Amino acid sequence: MSRGVGVSLQDVWIKFGDFVAVREANVDIQGGAFFSFLGPSGCGKTTILRSVSGFLDPSQGKIIIGGNDMAGIGPNKRPTALIFQNLALFPLMKVWENIAFSLEVKGVGTAARRKRADELLDMIALTGQGDKLPSELSGGQKQRVAIARALCAEPDVLLLDEPLSALDLKLRQHMRTELREIQQRVGITFIYITHDQSEALTMSDHVAVMKAGVIDQISDGQTIYDDPSTPFVASFVGENNVFRGKVKSIDGDKALISTNRSGDLLSRIPLSAKGTLGVGDDAMMFIRPEALSIAKDDAAANNHVTALVLNEEFEGQTFNVFLEGDGGKEMKMSLVNQGKARESAKGSSLTLEYAPDQAIVLPAGELASE
Amino acid sequence: MNISAAFKRFFNRNGLGLGSFLLIAVGFWLIVLIILPQLSMLDFSFRHHLPPPEMGGPKDTYTLEHYKYLALGAQGADQSYNVVDLGVFVRTLVAAFFVTIFDLLLCYPLAYYLGQASGSGYTRILVLFLIIPYWVNEILRAFAFRIIFGDSGVINELLLAMGLVDNPVDFIRDNVALYSGLGYAYILLMIFPMYNVIESLDRNQIEAARDMGAPWWRIHWRIVIPYAKPGISSGCTMVFMLSAGALAAPQILGGPSSLWFTQIIYQWFNQGGNWPRGAAYAIVLLSVCILIVLSAMRLFKVRMGDIGK
Repeated sequence: MSRGVGVSLQDVWIKFGDFVAVREANVDIQGGAFFSFLGPSGCGKTTILRSVSGFLDPSQGKIIIGGNDMAGIGPNKRPTALIFQNLALFPLMKVWENIAFSLEVKGVGTAARRKRADELLDMIALTGQGDKLPSELSGGQKQRVAIARALCAEPDVLLLDEPLSALDLKLRQHMRTELREIQQRVGITFIYITHDQSEALTMSDHVAVMKAGVIDQISDGQTIYDDPSTPFVASFVGENNVFRGKVKSIDGDKALISTNRSGDLLSRIPLSAKGTLGVGDDAMMFIRPEALSIAKDDAAANNHVTALVLNEEFEGQTFNVFLEGDGGKEMKMSLVNQGKARESAKGSSLTLEYAPDQAIVLPAGELASE
Repeated sequence: MNISAAFKRFFNRNGLGLGSFLLIAVGFWLIVLIILPQLSMLDFSFRHHLPPPEMGGPKDTYTLEHYKYLALGAQGADQSYNVVDLGVFVRTLVAAFFVTIFDLLLCYPLAYYLGQASGSGYTRILVLFLIIPYWVNEILRAFAFRIIFGDSGVINELLLAMGLVDNPVDFIRDNVALYSGLGYAYILLMIFPMYNVIESLDRNQIEAARDMGAPWWRIHWRIVIPYAKPGISSGCTMVFMLSAGALAAPQILGGPSSLWFTQIIYQWFNQGGNWPRGAAYAIVLLSVCILIVLSAMRLFKVRMGDIGK
């Protein structure tokens, strides 16, 4: 799996005047990995991508590709290829000329260029469409042409700036699978920028979650989802019910949280928070909607929450139940649709339970705004 | 679609008031201000040069004598072609061509910079700097050029002071002043069409090309220039037509030995009082210019519709 070329950012800062767009980024991307930067718009992820591709110099720190410091090396000399958000296909060139542009730059003859373009057109399932203009293709086809154009340059690292954001849902899901397949076939390093967490989770080997110029967590998708290291990551990636409160007691990797409105609840302390949480600290506890279920008995317990059903939403494979706990605390529970008659109903009062292992507690911090 | 349906649709879309205004204004502009005067010029060019009492009389017939004169010269002259007038004609066109190329080379980088490289506030100031000189009257500008290019003008003074020349350079006689004046006069007409087009070029395309290893000249050759072609051809057309048809600048800045074809036309109309001959000369200039522009458009594969962009 280490065929590709690794990329690392070492203490990278990028400033525009007084504004710090990227703060102290340290990232090690393994060769041949599919790596994503995930974050809301304006968090600096595109800035990082532009600095890797060479359009932007970091104010401080080093960008290393394949062991070589990239300082002072322009975008046309770096072993990277960038796929733009709007694809930036050349509208006046035919599709095959677009794909083979990097070869034209290298001075490759027309026949050889055409041959290579046709090979790539086969790969992206657009055989025989080389003589069209980009404007004659559909959105998904343009997408694939942009990928082929970038791959034609035989880059060591492919950089993708939210290339799927303009596509409709079905096509986007299809292109996700396709991108992943292409990446595994060519074996080069992909660095992918997105604000869509499911894109990042489904495709990537590793994800870096960013907030306002700072990388909060770098990990594989499942760790990001199950063991978020900050309240921001917990609330940005996937949905979460947040309970604010104070740490009442700690016992090994479990903590009892005295929540503001829902009583005392037991939670797991994830690795990242171990040692940083003390008794009496402000804390935030997170329970995923799918970790909640309807309790077998109504007895009070430190993994039970009582709530009133406000609304229900049928989503096919799941029921989403919107509830109101004590003191107006809003919660969401997702139940797998098992085809049975629904157990909950609007207006009824329920006792919910969860496995304390599936709840996590972190030091209080900033949440992702909706 | 027949014409009455087209009219009905036009009025339905624009309303009666606006619709008739558009129709009358465009019709007036096209017919009264362009087509009719040119037709009467065309008519003039085929008539004999007669004193007023004989106009409309039996001698007033159609003739090709003025066109023949431009081509062959006066009857009985010692040369078989009108070497002087044809020479001036060709020289005018060649000079207009070079003025166009010069303006193109000068303005393309500027238009590119204005359209792509810079931020908004800065651009506006630059554009203002380009426009303000055009508030100055054309004649005044030409005389100003004559002064700075003169024997004791700023440029000669500077060259003398720097010791680069021993005697003042005669910029007027060498036509340097004329070409500079003409080039300067039409810079805006070259910049703005190009600027408009280049401004709408997606920056990402330039970056994409750069990312794929293209050096700057290839980016311009393959991405920017093809995209800017409508603007380039529109600018070139205007500069060429206007330089070939310029009168004030050649009159004021031209050297004693250099005659512009428009000056000959002017002489026939005014000093010579021979309107039919002047009209014939003007028609020839106009037709040849149009022909050159059309062939250039065909050569560079520009469509008429692109010019309007």
